[in-house]
Amino acid sequence: MDTKKIYPWYFAIGAVLLYFVFFFLPGILGICLSFTDWNIYFNDLHFVGLDNYRRVLSAEYTQYIGNTLYFTLVTTIAKTVLGCLIALLLTQRFIKAKNFQRMVFFSPQVLSYLVVGLVFRSMLHPTRGFLNNFLNSIGLENLSRNWLTDLNIVFPTVMAVDVWKGVGYIMVVIIAGLISISPTYYEAAEIDGANFFQKFTKITLPLLLPVIVNITILNLTYGLRVFDMIYALTNGGPGNATGVINTAVYKEFSKGDLAMGTTLSTVLFVILISLIYFIIRSMENKEVKM
Amino acid sequence: MNSLIIKKTRHVVLNIFSLICVLIVVVPFYVVIVNSFKTSTEANRMSINLPTTFHFENYATVIEKGKLFTSFYNSLLYSVVSVCIIIICVLAAAFVISRNTKGINKVFYYFIITGLAMPINNVSLFKVLQFLNLMNTRVGIIFIYSAVNIPLSLFIAYGFVATIPRELDEAAILDGCTPIQLFTKIIVPLLKPIASTLAVLNMMAVWNDFTMPLYYLNNSKKWPMTLAVYNFFGAFENSWNLVCADIVLTILPVLLVFIFGQKYIVGGVSAGAVKG
Repeated sequence: MDTKKIYPWYFAIGAVLLYFVFFFLPGILGICLSFTDWNIYFNDLHFVGLDNYRRVLSAEYTQYIGNTLYFTLVTTIAKTVLGCLIALLLTQRFIKAKNFQRMVFFSPQVLSYLVVGLVFRSMLHPTRGFLNNFLNSIGLENLSRNWLTDLNIVFPTVMAVDVWKGVGYIMVVIIAGLISISPTYYEAAEIDGANFFQKFTKITLPLLLPVIVNITILNLTYGLRVFDMIYALTNGGPGNATGVINTAVYKEFSKGDLAMGTTLSTVLFVILISLIYFIIRSMENKEVKM
Repeated sequence: MNSLIIKKTRHVVLNIFSLICVLIVVVPFYVVIVNSFKTSTEANRMSINLPTTFHFENYATVIEKGKLFTSFYNSLLYSVVSVCIIIICVLAAAFVISRNTKGINKVFYYFIITGLAMPINNVSLFKVLQFLNLMNTRVGIIFIYSAVNIPLSLFIAYGFVATIPRELDEAAILDGCTPIQLFTKIIVPLLKPIASTLAVLNMMAVWNDFTMPLYYLNNSKKWPMTLAVYNFFGAFENSWNLVCADIVLTILPVLLVFIFGQKYIVGGVSAGAVKG
């Protein structure tokens, strides 16, 4: 039968058009506009070559890029390791009320990043927040901090809140991966006298590898694009201590310096694409070896 | 005997450990809920104590001062309409692209799938919206939400369509169905499970989004709940009780969707990530 007639291409046109106009076109247009002096105050555009990219190399913007990479690296590792641990714990037979606990861990995931940010902003208020009050009431005054204003501690705090929200999602994905591993492997290993650690490194980890690669890609793309959480918690402050690329884009956008905003967006685009290309290539090499 | 005791204690310790982890997740929710019923002086020192008397009128105050009816309506409108657009467009596209993977369809598929990794360029999207006269409009925001969520939805639906046997299509065509009849009468009823997953996932994504209205809506009458609660937080930072009540009301609808649509969410999440 003629597949072209039964499955006409115009069925796809709605999705393609919407995606093209509101997603792809801005991406391409943004790359072109990053070579101009586009701003909100003048109507005419001038070609300025690589000027905007030269400005990206200044201390302020390199700090944003560095912060973004740092945030991505730490949260990716923390979410993967913690997610793995919790998933392993919540698939053990002796743990009580497993399904309920899984639901609780997943629940922050359905909340908006903004709301989570606001909840923690009130919880972490230096004098009136819950955390410091709680630490004082159990006699640990010296542990209380200015969580969101102290330069030394603000970035770890932000990352901790992000992990708090994101770890449940990773846990659910890893649990799905763990359940799909056939129990016969473990039974065979048990007969051979393998201990828990050996079973984990020799069976669980290798079979979980494809899932771990997927969640790493998810975590990396999330971390590099992070905006809501940081905007709600600190808005990039104090100073520029927690500023990341996307908060900087919004800052330039509200200042009216649109060219700089789109340049930063383009830089982010290049970082993301090259990272994903690199990961997929290195995975392909591994598969060939196996 | 000794090893049995060690095993038992290890089980108890691990159970306690997981309970502590659960508490770390639950406590913030609990603190917010408890403080939403206190007076503003009582809530001033956020604590886990129960309020001396429950002040339900906090919620009435918040609904009035936070203009929650308008923002609730906006959130509902944006999420429902864009979810409908996404489901119609994505199911139709996934059907033809998954059935006929050659030629233009292949191009379409990879074209849309690149959106999974691509960051959206909000600044130049501003230019596109200006050009189309869609800045500060509800229509504009709905189109953006539909477009942004299409890549992941198509990716999930594409895999699902492949599980429906092709023989059904052939039988229907032999019986004289047109392609449109084939799709609406035969395929769509079979796609209901994946449509529910897409509906729940996208509903929550749109409901929780904050970036798009921040960039493209400067009229507070068109703000969804997220942006409204953010501004409420700024204005009432000294009365935690009201802020907490507002947060509770914002969380409530999503939490209800989560509790009732749980199997769709968890299924969709792991399907999307494990297949990768």
